[in-house]
Amino acid sequence: MISVGARASARRARGGRRPRPIEVRFRTIVSPHQLNSRWGRRIYWAVLLTVLTLSTLAFVFPLYWMVTGAMKSGEELARMPPTLVPEAPTLDAFAEAWQLFDIGLLLRNTAFYALGGWLVTMAVDVSAAYALSKLRPALGNVVLGAMLATLMVPPMVVLIPLYVTVSDLGLLNNPWGLWLPAAANGFNIFLLKRFFDSIPKELVEAARIDGAGPLRVLWSVILPVSRPILGVVSIFTIVTSFKDFVWPLLVMTDSDRMTISVGLSQTAGAVPQNTIMAGLVIAGIPTIIVFFFFQRHIMAGLTAGSSKG
Amino acid sequence: MRVLKRNLTAYGFLCAALACFAVFAWYPMVREFVLSFQRTNLVDPPVWVGLDNFAAVVRDPAFGTAWLNTLAFTVLALICGYAVPFGTALVLNELRHARGYLRFVVYLPVMLPPIVAVLLFRWFFDPGPGLFNQILGLFHLPGLAWLDSSSTALISLVIVSTWMNMGSATLIYLAALQNIPSELYEAAELDGAGILARIRHVTIPQTRLILLLMLMLQIVATMQVFIEPYMLTGGGPENATVTVAYLMYQFAFTYGDGYGQAGALGMMLMLALLVFAAFQLRLTRDDREVTA
Repeated sequence: MISVGARASARRARGGRRPRPIEVRFRTIVSPHQLNSRWGRRIYWAVLLTVLTLSTLAFVFPLYWMVTGAMKSGEELARMPPTLVPEAPTLDAFAEAWQLFDIGLLLRNTAFYALGGWLVTMAVDVSAAYALSKLRPALGNVVLGAMLATLMVPPMVVLIPLYVTVSDLGLLNNPWGLWLPAAANGFNIFLLKRFFDSIPKELVEAARIDGAGPLRVLWSVILPVSRPILGVVSIFTIVTSFKDFVWPLLVMTDSDRMTISVGLSQTAGAVPQNTIMAGLVIAGIPTIIVFFFFQRHIMAGLTAGSSKG
Repeated sequence: MRVLKRNLTAYGFLCAALACFAVFAWYPMVREFVLSFQRTNLVDPPVWVGLDNFAAVVRDPAFGTAWLNTLAFTVLALICGYAVPFGTALVLNELRHARGYLRFVVYLPVMLPPIVAVLLFRWFFDPGPGLFNQILGLFHLPGLAWLDSSSTALISLVIVSTWMNMGSATLIYLAALQNIPSELYEAAELDGAGILARIRHVTIPQTRLILLLMLMLQIVATMQVFIEPYMLTGGGPENATVTVAYLMYQFAFTYGDGYGQAGALGMMLMLALLVFAAFQLRLTRDDREVTA
């Protein structure tokens, strides 16, 4: 301690300003003491700068390249070395992509499938979780176990039999062919049930004494207090459905019923590069906007399964 | 009477989910098994063919390659997709500034629809004006053929796959790292443990459970890789990127009515994953006995 103080005062005597210490609110591998030593601080700032640069280059720059690529002319795109900033930025490629890919229709389809899928999934999974958590029927645990067991089966393995099943039911090119399989989601039921389990019994009992039936209890007691988990499950359901590729590729094959991902993939081979990029930018914007607004929910949901599980 | 009524209402609430699971989750599992012994074109009634489908799958010239590729992809993806996120999480956890930004940025590619990431990288991999060769050119290095050469195609797929998936693993590790009690680090420090020793004796044991779980999940996920070969290489060049899942798709949809063969290959994939899961469980159990 003495030597640290002495060194500090010596530095002050030399006229050096003592730098503000790096604030440490929680302890990690490097101790606060080490971090705030002279070399510790230097290394820290160097590492921070490197990480910031690298992560921006790795994760933001590709997106920058995509957006600016969509704004360059075909001639400029083919140039070597490439231009870092578009010379004459133009939105022509976006207009062209909108026409060529029929993006308006694709986006409408995708939004319709995502919202419909969300409604169906919530209706099915919330009522199932409510029944398993609060109404506790005989064999409830067996049912829950069988639902969770489906999580163990890799999706690719059941892809073909699921396709055959949906085809047998005549649900190809029918939105229900997307919605019903999506509703059979064991993870949603697990998350919802675990949250419902934590709602005090007294709350439900009190409502029941006041004469509320099971549906009323679900609607007026359970749902209002479950907003956080409903938010997480909703966002994940919508985003997953929006991002999904393989299943819509198999089920929605009519070109006027395709999702945006499938539509882009089918046409991308025969279209100039800047037009593809414009299409990709448009396809990426909705999920990025969702991420901007619901970042906290999304990150909470990501660790929801692992933190207490 | 009241018990009966309670059960009836409960199953009333459950019936929609039961129907969905029965038709779209449980039945396809059974159907998978049955399908692998049948020949069907989805129109005429299916015919039993015994083990013909399995024989046809094994005889397919791409069969062995597909398994080797899947294995190679899984190993490569584990080296990149397992070590990189954990290392990133370790570093991010040490930083005291720009935490929100870094998390946001790392998770950004996960939010993009996979098709966007894949088509974007297809352009980057372009041997002519593609970004990657331009960057190599900047350092006066020769350009690579990336997707067009059988020696670099698979690793190119791993790069895309890591880029678009590593965000979620990183954030999960980050959450696990933050749950480590600080006393453990302090105690280790008092015992004279350096930074590497602290990682080895505190960080890794404390996050072991989540590390093992993620290992399992990632192996299962990467063994099913489909969209990357489907969009980027179509299995080529020279079958260098045919994976088991992609071969399955080909049997079912491009070879014409090979749903049975696809089912048989699916059974094999399932079996491989089961064997692996059992092995993994055994390994973790032995591990626990040693530490106990």
